[in-house]
Amino acid sequence: MNQVLLIFLPVLFALFVPLLYKTFSRIHTGWFVLLVPLTLAIYYARFIPNITEGPYTSTFYWVKSLDLSVTSYLDGLSLLFSLLITIIGSLVVLYSIFYLDRKKEQLHNFYFYLLMFMTAMLGVVQSDHLISLYLFWELTSISSFLLIGYWYNRDRSRFGALKSMMITVFGGLMMLGGFLLLAQAGGSYSIRELIANGSVIADSPYFIWMIVLILLGAFTKSAQFPFYIWLPDAMEAPTPVSAYLHSATMVKAGIYLVARLTPLFAVSEYWIWLVVLSGLITLFWGSFFSVKQTDLKGILAFSTVSQLGMIMAMLGAAGIAFHVESPQKTIFAFAAYAAIFHLVNHATFKGSLFMVAGIVDHETGTRDIRKLGGLMSLMPISFTIAAIGSLAMAGLPPFNGFLSKELFLTSMLSLKEFSLFNFSTWGPILPWVAFVASIFTFVYCLYFLYYTFMGKGNTSKLPKKPHEAPIGMLISPIILASLVVAIFFIPNVIGKYFIKPAVLAMQPQLYETIDDIPIHVQAWHGWTTELQMTIGIVVIGFLLFITLKKWQPIYRFVSEKWSLNGLYNRLMRFADVDSQKLSNLYMTGSMRHYLMYMFAFMVVAVISTLFMSNGFNYSTANTAEVGIFEIATLIVMIIGTLTVLIARTRLTAIIALGAVGYSVALFFIIFNAPDLALTQLVIETVSVALFLLAFYHLPKMSRHEERMPFKINNFLIALGVGVMVTLVALSAQSQKLLPSISQYYKDTVYTKAGGGNIVNVILVDYRGFDTLFEITVLAIAGMAILGMIKLRRPKKEKKTHETK
Amino acid sequence: METLMVCLIGIFVVVATYLLLSKNLIRIILGTALLSHAVHLLILTIGEVKKGDVPLLKETPGPYTDALPQALILTAIVISFAVTAFLLVLAYRVYATNKTDNVEKLRGDEYE
Repeated sequence: MNQVLLIFLPVLFALFVPLLYKTFSRIHTGWFVLLVPLTLAIYYARFIPNITEGPYTSTFYWVKSLDLSVTSYLDGLSLLFSLLITIIGSLVVLYSIFYLDRKKEQLHNFYFYLLMFMTAMLGVVQSDHLISLYLFWELTSISSFLLIGYWYNRDRSRFGALKSMMITVFGGLMMLGGFLLLAQAGGSYSIRELIANGSVIADSPYFIWMIVLILLGAFTKSAQFPFYIWLPDAMEAPTPVSAYLHSATMVKAGIYLVARLTPLFAVSEYWIWLVVLSGLITLFWGSFFSVKQTDLKGILAFSTVSQLGMIMAMLGAAGIAFHVESPQKTIFAFAAYAAIFHLVNHATFKGSLFMVAGIVDHETGTRDIRKLGGLMSLMPISFTIAAIGSLAMAGLPPFNGFLSKELFLTSMLSLKEFSLFNFSTWGPILPWVAFVASIFTFVYCLYFLYYTFMGKGNTSKLPKKPHEAPIGMLISPIILASLVVAIFFIPNVIGKYFIKPAVLAMQPQLYETIDDIPIHVQAWHGWTTELQMTIGIVVIGFLLFITLKKWQPIYRFVSEKWSLNGLYNRLMRFADVDSQKLSNLYMTGSMRHYLMYMFAFMVVAVISTLFMSNGFNYSTANTAEVGIFEIATLIVMIIGTLTVLIARTRLTAIIALGAVGYSVALFFIIFNAPDLALTQLVIETVSVALFLLAFYHLPKMSRHEERMPFKINNFLIALGVGVMVTLVALSAQSQKLLPSISQYYKDTVYTKAGGGNIVNVILVDYRGFDTLFEITVLAIAGMAILGMIKLRRPKKEKKTHETK
Repeated sequence: METLMVCLIGIFVVVATYLLLSKNLIRIILGTALLSHAVHLLILTIGEVKKGDVPLLKETPGPYTDALPQALILTAIVISFAVTAFLLVLAYRVYATNKTDNVEKLRGDEYE
């Protein structure tokens, strides 16, 4: 219970944030908010030493009858993520205290959204129940939407917020579909139970669908190719948000999902191929296009995309561990270790880099790399942090990025050894892709560092006079940068307490305890292929960077129109403008057209149903015989009807309709319905009078009345409706399944109801309610008519028009 | 007899639908009136038109025709009359307000 409550602690605290903001307006609200992630971080840190002794679960039932609960499930993997969220959360809140101005910004909104996001993210990584995982997942989308659009009076912010919302919610919905299929196949919503039940799920015919749908969710959230396009536009958010959401936490929700479900889905080759390929493509694509960017945060956004792809590729390789026997097993278990290790490293160096970008923006007034340069001597601390972060990202010693990059190359090289699932054919290409992508990674790291801090640069032209940031703003990036260096020297401590428990949670079938994971990371591991590749990366990358000005123009050939952003824009335009045009085509505003659609649809639906279900039936077995009166009346009625149709004047039409009405009354007499005949006669008389009244008052301008013009479309539709009614009536008439219930009325009308006129007794006694409401209808019609005639709103517009 | 009646009803429906699709308000109301005639006759036909006596106990010896469809039709006649009267006055008011009885011209604004 405690554990579940702690998930909700941030959002509960958020309820008090507006109050704190209003009451203590002299103190920056961030100081209060800082308590929350710190408390949580300390609480979660207590689990570290004994996390391998088993998962800590706690359940809160939400709707028990539907088996809906919020279950907090803490094992190595979710603990690692929870710690990332709370620790980086604390640092980001601390940074934001100095980044956001107390007087100019609406801090209560900012911290409310941020705390909401924190709850959502903790919920995602700790949830064991699929539905609550989905709910927290969507809450991260919503709070991210709010945070990106924080400066809502800027167009770019709103555009970025909407774009990220559209893409991540699309993925979220797909994922929900996958979850429902999964729960259906496994018979449970609990991820633990589903994993235990894995073999049943793998036999499900919807197995592929689950994989594709759930991966769509993970790929959209983690900005994988081709869904990465929302991330660069999300850089319109305040920098603390970019550092927190869009580098360290939210974009790793997809990574978390893939890691969490690996034991379930890694038995499928589709899963492995999809994850590995999308990861490698994203890695290459992101690093290649990062060099094109001119905005500091743009470079970092593409680099995040690229690094996420790298982690994803390693997770895919980790899935292979379920298919091989030792000793190869160790090689692929290696990939899982490498993925988690790089995830931690990325969170540290990317967080610090974003904070540095924010500092540069804050102190110089611009983030445009073409205007920046030569800040090294003015901002030495920021430069040091940026250098540590960039070189770690590039994969150089003595920083943590070097270690995880080596592990990455090892796991990619080992893909060659794997023979199942066509890996022997395509596998050798994969390390080369990784190699090329790493070269570009190296190039953009230097690009970022050099053009911001080194070089000549004209510092006098900058919007603000640059100087070193206040110490408060530097604390968080300094802590992160020192972690970057520290992890390089103590990788195995981190490995023992953080990475191995997470690997154990990710590949539970393979190991009993963490001591079974035979990995010991060393900075110097001999003269291996990986090291040779790293040297190659550095050399080629350096050459490419020196010649950057010569080959950078190739990016101009990549047309904006044919890019993925162009595709997204066209899709949005289609959903908005083009669909409007499409609906304007048929929503003409003309009642005639709508009637035509309705009639045509009705005819097609009814006639096709009638014949497809063999409903049509015709027999004359049970019919009455035809008499001379009937024929005569029939002929009169047909003539009357046709006269209504072809009448030149409306008067003729009205009188012809009257004739039809009286003939109907005649029919009622012939068919022995005296009450009907009486009513019909009276009502027809009144109706004709009313028609004449209306005719008298109506169109004066069309005195020269003309015959109704013949329209073939209208006629065809009318004919169709007539045929439909005739067919349905004939087949209904020809197959009466049950005898009428009228015998009862005949038997009891006198004995029970005390009347002789069966029709009248039915109307007022057996079925008196019909009559009551029929009277009501008449009364309402009368009142409505009175209202229409008496109540009129004066036409103000026209009067003012006339006085003019 | 029923077959003939059904054919007649079919003709009624064709004409009524054709009138409903016209541009003139009065013609549309004529169409609804004709359509209600068609429906009344249809109820009668589907019920029972086999010759029987008028459903008045004590007055006629029987066997009687089915009285239930007659009761239903009686209700329907009154309701369709109420609706027709309402529509006619509505048409009159439409003309008084908009000076036209052409439905094609009565589209209203898009944001009205």
